[in-house]
Amino acid sequence: MSEQKIDGFELKPGFKGMASDTGSDQTMFKGVHWGKAMMWIFLLSDTFVFSCFLISYMKGRGSTIVDWPNTSEVFSLHVGDVPVPLLLIAIMTFVLITSSGTMALAVKYGYEKNRKMCGWLILATALGGLTFVGMQVFEWSKLIHEGVRPWGNPFGAAQFGSFFFMITGFHGFHVSIGVIFLFIYTYKVFAGHYETKKRGWFTKMKGDYVEIEILGLYWHFVDLVWVFIFAFFYLW
Amino acid sequence: MSDEYNNNKSYQAQSSEVLDGSAGSINPDMDYVRPAEIPEQDLYHAHSFIEKWIFCQDAKVIGVQYFLTAVFTGIVGLILSWLMRLQLGFPELAGFMTAEHYYQFVTMHGMIMVVYFLTALFLGGFGNYLIPLMVGARDMVFPYVNMLSFWMFFVAVAVLMASFFVPGGPTGAGWTLYPPQTILEGTPGSGMGILLMLISLSLFVIGFTMGGLNYMITILQARTRGMTLMRMPLTVWGIFTATVLAMLAFPALLVSAIMMTLDKVLQTSFFMPTILKAGEVLEYGGGSPILFQHLFWFFGHPEVYIVALPAFGIVSDLISVHARKNIFGYRMMVWAIVGIGGLSFFVWAHHMYVSGMNPWFGFFFATTTLIIAVPTAMKVYNWILTLWRGNIRINTVMLWCLGFIVTFVNGGITGIFLGNVSVDVPLSDTYFVIAHFHMVMGIAPLMVIMGAVYHWFPLVAGKMLSETLGKWHFWITFLGAYSIYFPMHYLGFIGVPRRYFEMYDSPYMTSAVGMNEFISIAAFIVGAAQFILVFNIIKTLKTGKKAEQNPWKANSLEWYTSTVPPEHGNFGERLPVVHRWPYDFSVPGAKDDFIPQTTAPSEVANTEVEKT
Repeated sequence: MSEQKIDGFELKPGFKGMASDTGSDQTMFKGVHWGKAMMWIFLLSDTFVFSCFLISYMKGRGSTIVDWPNTSEVFSLHVGDVPVPLLLIAIMTFVLITSSGTMALAVKYGYEKNRKMCGWLILATALGGLTFVGMQVFEWSKLIHEGVRPWGNPFGAAQFGSFFFMITGFHGFHVSIGVIFLFIYTYKVFAGHYETKKRGWFTKMKGDYVEIEILGLYWHFVDLVWVFIFAFFYLW
Repeated sequence: MSDEYNNNKSYQAQSSEVLDGSAGSINPDMDYVRPAEIPEQDLYHAHSFIEKWIFCQDAKVIGVQYFLTAVFTGIVGLILSWLMRLQLGFPELAGFMTAEHYYQFVTMHGMIMVVYFLTALFLGGFGNYLIPLMVGARDMVFPYVNMLSFWMFFVAVAVLMASFFVPGGPTGAGWTLYPPQTILEGTPGSGMGILLMLISLSLFVIGFTMGGLNYMITILQARTRGMTLMRMPLTVWGIFTATVLAMLAFPALLVSAIMMTLDKVLQTSFFMPTILKAGEVLEYGGGSPILFQHLFWFFGHPEVYIVALPAFGIVSDLISVHARKNIFGYRMMVWAIVGIGGLSFFVWAHHMYVSGMNPWFGFFFATTTLIIAVPTAMKVYNWILTLWRGNIRINTVMLWCLGFIVTFVNGGITGIFLGNVSVDVPLSDTYFVIAHFHMVMGIAPLMVIMGAVYHWFPLVAGKMLSETLGKWHFWITFLGAYSIYFPMHYLGFIGVPRRYFEMYDSPYMTSAVGMNEFISIAAFIVGAAQFILVFNIIKTLKTGKKAEQNPWKANSLEWYTSTVPPEHGNFGERLPVVHRWPYDFSVPGAKDDFIPQTTAPSEVANTEVEKT
């Protein structure tokens, strides 16, 4: 399933092209790798998961009996004696978005069969993700230290801590899974598994650099979700 | 088309004889099918017993594993329903049952039957077995993930069953698990029981997602040459659309399960309002129970169609094959399936008319609910028109299909009652609701499952099930199911509330006593009759006569495998090439009354085949 060729099939642009692809036999998304199509559909499903979380958060925040904590105070970081709101979050967001950039470059070098560059860039992405998770751990421990708990906090509505830990935790879990896979793929690329067509440990399937792109899709999605969490949690 | 694949000469023989020298005038391009776009699938063949039968990557074995596990949970659900009926009909015999037990059985019966039985059976069981065969693929596209999917489901079932044995027993909150009572002390199983239920549901969703990705990508990206979307059997359309619904609806269940788990374990208040208990304010406060209802029913209503759409698809194929007629309005059927699927995301709050919504909200949801009746009625008319002037074979499979149509119409019409706010409010939470949803999404899909088992058993096991036992099984089930659920409509009208452990002290319900006894006896008989099928299967496996290939003379690809039952890889050396839809039955001018999907147009050039 690795090298797909479309012989004698021309992709037509626009709505007509879409209709003719849909009406054709064999595949609906012409030349799209199975795994890539799977990742897109998984991400659609995952979008619904995060949407449910965020809509629940909006509903919960809108109907609490106690006032919501002032987020620019709660999420501020003291530099010397000056509280700087959103400082940590800005750094976290910057790191995560940067890791999206290195991921995109890794995909590019992967398709160019530039094994070394691809490997280093995936490693950089993994380290970026790891840094993000590390800073999240710092943020969590700071808030816990200040008395924020899932069941209550000294700043206002109890739901603040509930939603915060649940949603950032669920996102952090996604990032952590991504980091684990990034490290695995760093190894696979450096070890040259795609060149030697070595079969996977579990699936017994041959791999290809398209897997880097599939991993990249997941990683960009996780970053995109963070942008929404950032907007809804820290800026609202 | 390769010579190697076409070893089935029976339907090819006609080509030279019937055409009678006119072959020269045939356009040589009429048999053209675009060359393969995708290379052969890289299959991992099992090397050991464990790889072949336990941690198996073959979708057909996974399908059977799903089927057997789901049937096991179904039998547990059946036994629970017997216990409930024993209590309702003959409370003096059910002295061992307390009210707590009763609520626990209601809850577990509901959850098991809807999620772990019907959903797993249709999508995991029939989906895994039939999708690759019907679209002409060698296997699911991600066999390893598919294997994980089944084992995740297996663990989910194990966790669910474990909740019967924890202190406090399984949860007794009703299958809808409404907070706040679900996790408050006083509700049966509010300790470990509810926790295991929520964990089990989460595992089910994760496992299903793995399977669902497989079903969708196999259908979208791994069809064989010539197999367009509009040439797929309706079974595949039904399962596909149901899978799409599940991929978008299960997230809501997962999220609500996670949030409720946190409410339970960490004392968060997502769904928990301020609660006074014995004069004391509990730790909870500020949450919204209605939020849970919205999340739950955003999953819960599509879930109804996750069960119903595969049944619609399968029954269309069964009716067409056994009435020897093409399905009436194939494209209409496809669009009806897709339309019902799309609409099912906009009707969820019709389960919440009595939750205290804005009346305009109820008006909106009543409207969307009634709109669903349009595509659904189209399907029913099409089934009937497929039967009309068909060459109907009254065998067991057809009986189940006919049983399905009447039962589904029956349950559908009571749905129109309940879809209207003003009619629903007095009927809400009565036995009328029980009768409605058991008819429409319990008995009706079950009839399709039974028909499908009798239809595809010769393919799976290579032996024919006994028709005599099958007819006994059908008639007892059919008449018995009506004996159970018809009187329940009446019980609902006189106001007998559902989920009540005992109600004989109320004077206005005296007329319900005899009826409850009657329903209970019918329920015992119908439940016992299901073991006729179990007996039939065991007897057939031991002594049944060997099935010929394609015993029903069907057209779809699953009957044209290289061996029966199909082996790993399904189609032998070459994949089949498809030239037509699977519904070319009784075509004027054709030699047989069926033309398999793999028959090239030049082989049946002088027939009046519809262009598909």
